[in-house]
Amino acid sequence: MKTKKIITTDTPVALSDNSSIHTLSVYVANKPGVLARIAQVFARRGFNIESLVVSPAIDGRFSRMSIGASGDPEMLDQIIKQVNKLIDVLHCSDHTFDNRVVKELALVKFKVGPKDRAEALQIGEHFGVKTVDLTEGSMIFMGTGDSGKLDSMIQMLSKFEIVELVRTGKVVMIRGEEPT
Amino acid sequence: MAKAAKNSLDGAQALIKCLEDEGIEYIFGYSGGAALPIFDALETVNTKIKFILTRHEQGATHMADGYARATGKPACVLVTSGPGAGNTITGIMTAQMDSVPMIIVTGQQVTWMLGKDAFQEADVFGITMPLVKHSYLVKDTNDLPRVAKEAVYIATSGRPGPVLIDVPKNISQGPFTGKLKQEMDLPGYHPKKSLEFNMDHVLEIAEALSKSSKPVILAGHGIMLADAGPELKTLAKTLNCPVTNTLLGKGIFPETHELSLGMLGMHGTAYANKAICEADLIFNIGSRFDDRIIGQPEKFGRQAKIIHIDIDESEIGKMVEPDHYCVGDAKVILKELNKHISKLDTADWLEHLEGYKKKFPLGWKKQGGLKMQHVIDALFRVTKGNAIVSTDVGQHQMWAAQFYKTDEPYKWLSSGGAGTMGFGFPGAIGAQFGCPKECVVCIVGDGGFQMTLCELATAVIHKLPIKIIVLNNHYLGMVRQWQELFFEDRTSGVDLIGNPDFAKLAQAYGAEGLNCKRPADVDKTLEKAMAINDRPVLINFEVVKTDNVFPMIPAGAALEDMLTEAPKYKLAKPTGST
Repeated sequence: MKTKKIITTDTPVALSDNSSIHTLSVYVANKPGVLARIAQVFARRGFNIESLVVSPAIDGRFSRMSIGASGDPEMLDQIIKQVNKLIDVLHCSDHTFDNRVVKELALVKFKVGPKDRAEALQIGEHFGVKTVDLTEGSMIFMGTGDSGKLDSMIQMLSKFEIVELVRTGKVVMIRGEEPT
Repeated sequence: MAKAAKNSLDGAQALIKCLEDEGIEYIFGYSGGAALPIFDALETVNTKIKFILTRHEQGATHMADGYARATGKPACVLVTSGPGAGNTITGIMTAQMDSVPMIIVTGQQVTWMLGKDAFQEADVFGITMPLVKHSYLVKDTNDLPRVAKEAVYIATSGRPGPVLIDVPKNISQGPFTGKLKQEMDLPGYHPKKSLEFNMDHVLEIAEALSKSSKPVILAGHGIMLADAGPELKTLAKTLNCPVTNTLLGKGIFPETHELSLGMLGMHGTAYANKAICEADLIFNIGSRFDDRIIGQPEKFGRQAKIIHIDIDESEIGKMVEPDHYCVGDAKVILKELNKHISKLDTADWLEHLEGYKKKFPLGWKKQGGLKMQHVIDALFRVTKGNAIVSTDVGQHQMWAAQFYKTDEPYKWLSSGGAGTMGFGFPGAIGAQFGCPKECVVCIVGDGGFQMTLCELATAVIHKLPIKIIVLNNHYLGMVRQWQELFFEDRTSGVDLIGNPDFAKLAQAYGAEGLNCKRPADVDKTLEKAMAINDRPVLINFEVVKTDNVFPMIPAGAALEDMLTEAPKYKLAKPTGST
């Protein structure tokens, strides 16, 4: 199968210090169409979904969505209410300003030969990454942590030629005994 | 063996049985390939559900809508896949915008052909998603009873709305081996919570009311949906507080009552809008502060405390930020609130508003030919204000709202939020099915009527004695009015040259068709029509071509910028909502 060649921009987009991105957590019943319904609530009101993580909850009938979204903050309240109104949504809340843990995972593939490998590994060690792939001319780093740390890591690695970058988007959980 | 065969059902039969169990009495629809098993089930299942064949799927949705608005009960729409389902879109949107319960069952291609551009296959689940309260694409025949039960429950509870069930042909045709009685599985839906409310919020509202000397109650459709008319009357009378109603709130508080200010908003009464502008407290119950009511949001009720009661939490603060609010069912909340209120000192305020009523009464110029207002006013007198009135959308709708005073709930049917032309006539048909003993009148313009007039056949076949009042000005009058006021009178796309002879057209369908041109003939023509009760009667009223609806608040302008008569200066183009 032929693959399309994708042209990417040089500068990676930072996800950390964009204060207009809100981190929402949505707990949903696993029913067909629930993601499309939620996406429509955002799209209709001119919001961009910047990142989205969907995973099964402990109880397999439900899923947890962590959504990073940007747009007019005055509209956000209305969006949360509208998402809560959906029949298959149990609850939706904004955790941007809560005492919470926010983490994400990034895979970075970059070109590096034997000459610069030591420097690359040194950067990797600093950011606590795992080297998940290593070839004669390239490496893949897997970094985890908060978005700021991953942004810095990517910044440091951009002295090499970054071939590809995949980030999972933020997952969020409230600290302490309270459920998210 | 024979017994087993007798007891075995297919999915379609199970679906019809379950819809009947859920209280569905009428199905309005139009057949087609993908819905064949369901139509067959209407014949093979011994069901009390009555099926009404319409002439277009849009008509079927508006009939179910009119039926629900007039009776408070949901009806079902049954259509085929692809174009059949596509034609229901406008009707579903109309119901969703006005919180009308409705069940739409659409036939669908067999599951293994979905997404393969098969004949009459369309992603109906996807297309309708933003227009429904909820929807289903059924993938297992044995799920049908649960889906039917959930659909009716969702459509009718909380804030009502349309629910769509897309049923692939192999699912409706497949053998049903499950239970007909099934539990619902709705972990994210708790409308019973709406019967609970925050007592502190009610006491806050009572406290705010007690400090007001110039209050006004804004009565919306939600009071009707909560069946809280009696509680509203107690509230208004106890407080001695004037009441204005929205377009969809017509009838929830008697418009002929001395405390009533009639409808507010873009084409509301001058005294209602002035009351809103001068009140020290605006008490909105069950209205969503629609842009046609509030005009410019920043200027709405600046001088007043705003109180909002709504069953839908997302309406609180959506358009207007309230000072006090309470989320829940209007009936339950008002019942409690009424225990904590007493008479307010509103004598001066009521006298002041009475002055506005005398200074800015609703009226029309009697000279210069037959006016729509004259016909509607005569209709109100001839029917003694007791008819169920279904309107279309446009000038006639606004004049009907002004001059046909509505004193009882469920008697005013009009597409408010969506403003759907073509609603009026099929809406009246649905209402007449639901209320066979009532006088049902449909007031339509020549434009909107032509969008759904094919349903004359449906009305004639069932001998429905609907009175169809065609107010024929040979124009799309409301758009023409805007072009006159805001576009230097350049009429564009509004001249309905080529209108048929509506009376003859009605006769061709087997209905009665009458004509009326002279003001002096209006009463006797209406009386003649009222005497015919074995078939529909259409009266074509030839009214003046160019007349404008006042009062008027230009779109996006503030309520205080209301025009009570034709302006003598050029108006700026409206920049607010359409």
